[in-house]
Amino acid sequence: MASKVLMEALSPTMEEGRLVEWKKKEGDPVRIGDVIAEVETDKAVMELVARAEGVLLKQLVPAGATVAVAKLVGIVGQPGEDISALTGGAPAQASASKPVPAVAPAPLPSSPAAPLTTAPPPTAPGGRTKASPLAKKVARERGLDLGAIAGSGPEGRIVLRDLDKATPATAAASAAPVAGSFNDVPLTQIRKTIAKRLALSIGPIPTFYLTTEVDMDRTWEAREALNSAGQRGSEAGTKISFNDIVMKATAAALKAHPACNAWWQDDRIRYWNDVHLSVAVAVEDGLITPVVRNADRKSLREISAEVKELAGRAKERRLKPEEYTGGTFSVSNLGMFDIDQFTAIINPPEAGILAVGSIVEQAVVKQGAVVPGRRLRLTMSCDHRVIDGATGAAFLRTLKGMLENPLAIVY
Amino acid sequence: MASFDLIIVGGGPAGYVCAIRAAQLGLSTAVVEKDKLGGVCVNIGCIPTKALLHSASSINLIAHQAKDLGIEVGAVKTDYGVAMKRSRRVSEQNSKGVEFLMKKNKVTVIKGTGTLLPGKKVKVGADVHEAKKAVVIATGSRVKGIPQIGLEINKTTVISSDEALFLEAAPKSMIVVGAGAVGSEFADIFNAFGTKVTLVEALPRILPIEDAECSDTLAKSFKKRGIEVLAGAKVLKATVGKDSVTLEIEAGGEKKSVTADKVLMAAGRAVNTEEMGFKEAGVQLTDRGFVKVNLATLETTAPGVYCIGDVAGPPMLAHKGSREGAVVAERIAGHKPHAIRYDNIPSVTYCHPEVASIGLTEEQCKEKKLDYQVGRFPFSANGRARASNETEGFVKIIREKKYGEILGAHIVGGHASEMIHELAVARENEYTVEEVDLAVHAHPTLSEAIAEAALDSMGRVIHT
Repeated sequence: MASKVLMEALSPTMEEGRLVEWKKKEGDPVRIGDVIAEVETDKAVMELVARAEGVLLKQLVPAGATVAVAKLVGIVGQPGEDISALTGGAPAQASASKPVPAVAPAPLPSSPAAPLTTAPPPTAPGGRTKASPLAKKVARERGLDLGAIAGSGPEGRIVLRDLDKATPATAAASAAPVAGSFNDVPLTQIRKTIAKRLALSIGPIPTFYLTTEVDMDRTWEAREALNSAGQRGSEAGTKISFNDIVMKATAAALKAHPACNAWWQDDRIRYWNDVHLSVAVAVEDGLITPVVRNADRKSLREISAEVKELAGRAKERRLKPEEYTGGTFSVSNLGMFDIDQFTAIINPPEAGILAVGSIVEQAVVKQGAVVPGRRLRLTMSCDHRVIDGATGAAFLRTLKGMLENPLAIVY
Repeated sequence: MASFDLIIVGGGPAGYVCAIRAAQLGLSTAVVEKDKLGGVCVNIGCIPTKALLHSASSINLIAHQAKDLGIEVGAVKTDYGVAMKRSRRVSEQNSKGVEFLMKKNKVTVIKGTGTLLPGKKVKVGADVHEAKKAVVIATGSRVKGIPQIGLEINKTTVISSDEALFLEAAPKSMIVVGAGAVGSEFADIFNAFGTKVTLVEALPRILPIEDAECSDTLAKSFKKRGIEVLAGAKVLKATVGKDSVTLEIEAGGEKKSVTADKVLMAAGRAVNTEEMGFKEAGVQLTDRGFVKVNLATLETTAPGVYCIGDVAGPPMLAHKGSREGAVVAERIAGHKPHAIRYDNIPSVTYCHPEVASIGLTEEQCKEKKLDYQVGRFPFSANGRARASNETEGFVKIIREKKYGEILGAHIVGGHASEMIHELAVARENEYTVEEVDLAVHAHPTLSEAIAEAALDSMGRVIHT
């Protein structure tokens, strides 16, 4: 029997995907797991794999088309099979231009690692989705796309229990990168009140900002020394950047201040025992934050190499979802754009982000004398529900101390 | 040794429906039945009691309403024996009907007691029959007494429904022990035939598994008709004499002694699992004595042996067994039938007023801490009910507040048993109260009360 090839939600937030390239031609044999097409999601270019065996009978959308999640893009079946029932009246809604984004959050019928085992969504001819009135109401409320859910009722009708199955699938996928070591601390009353009142006052994330100026003279020297040493070795060209050093120091400082290495979780605060550092990378049309996992346990060289590699693939949009989710704190650096100081927007559920400016050569006063010095401005944005002023300040002081005396990073 | 695709042990509503469905799907099928086809339901359960209840409600109608309806009747004389004989004819017709259906569908009926042998074989008398695909156990249940309190069924003064259905005359007085569906129905029947009835229930209210409002409404109606209702009652002592029985009963902190010609035991049933070779064939039982089944497949612990109906576990209802029979037949024939929603099986008591329900009671909703809104509509506000003098009772719909899901529906009233299915269809298809209201209900009908109760659950009732 012929089966549908549907656009799948390949990232937790994907609502539509651009079919970049068909990897199978019409008539090509297809085995389960074969890559049928490459799809560009909101975050990366991913592979759309076959969920059924046979021959790719039909490509229903051209390469380059943007297709909403759960819509039909092709048909796999036996040669000569009549597929009019599958294609009739329900062509994929493809558009070359960007369609209006749906209000509802994207559903996730399956994670890329787990192939669909359920029947394709019960879209009757004419594009009508069969679902019980109760299932429709609940789906609307929960923001689930019925088109992406496989129905288990008569004739594939979607009933309430199917939604219950869909919900954990979404949760599991977005929770997958969460695996790791952490302590959930339920909110105390005072924390709850602080959270409520502060959120009332300023947006959903009550943010405050702390800025400090760091004397970078010694880090400058240390970096020069490291890089010249590195060039004498075999790994020519793998230069350590200031950002790498800031990241290494941040990870170390977070380890010393776990109160800043945390997630806001609505009814609790999740204090992470490991440091997974998100690093903002500018890509065409936006930015993405790949995560350096266990940054506190990695050497400067490892962090440097990993950031380079992740940033490279981020620019090609080839990051996997687990590579850009699950960070515990972020670093954003605009130093290379000659920005002296800025404030960054918190990347929820993380509670803090460090905005790194450029290192500025300026006249500074040292021991009563005006001398040339190199200064860096760090601004930390803090979610006040998690981090209080003094908590953030203590972290920044440690970080500043480490950068002013780089040996302290490894101390 | 005869060989069939499928052998069903028991020809009650679970077994015979299973046989017909299997035959429809092309399986060669045999039903083993030791008594009459149709089982308890057709012969000594659902069907004959409904015949007697029809007599009872007719008596009540003629005795209490005839004059008002413009019918002149003399003194109303009742004869339980005549009504009983009519109920036997009805049962007979139904059992014959099942026989006909077996023939029509080419199902082989093997008369005798079936014993399970290992390896999908069934022994009947000296013959061993082999099932190629599966054996289905549908041996049902039977009445049981409560020997622990001295109330063992002796078939003369302490009787069960089995004897009550064959009495030639209504006794002068009767104590009905157990006020579930069976007890309440017999209390209603014998009350109409002039018996002084005392209805005793150990749990705090009659029809204990129904919504409390339904229990209360029925209890009021019973009391009005002269049935003594003792709920939350404990039988302390039973003195069984030759012509009468005396029970020492404690109810509401008071002790009292009740003497009656007969005691009708209507509390609990025992399942038929003994001496059927279950153990040897690898069919295990649960702690409560039912056959252990996988509810998703209805398979027992013995491969290729399925179990349906009362013996497979509660609710012990004919319609539950029938559905299991059809589903099992489809599964054995290689189909993939839809799973039975055990939380959507209607429960009906056919006394007057009738009590019918589906889904959760309000008490269960409270227990589950669900956020719900109750919608009610009394039949006293319904035009059709007034016109036909059936204003007792109400429709109650419990709506989940957020999505309007119908958590439960409860009807007390003259035709509750027929009306509940609108809500059964709604729940099975996950219609919410809105869809129930959206369907136009004909006027004037009792069913309008359902639409009104749905509206009331949304705070939009029209006629109260």
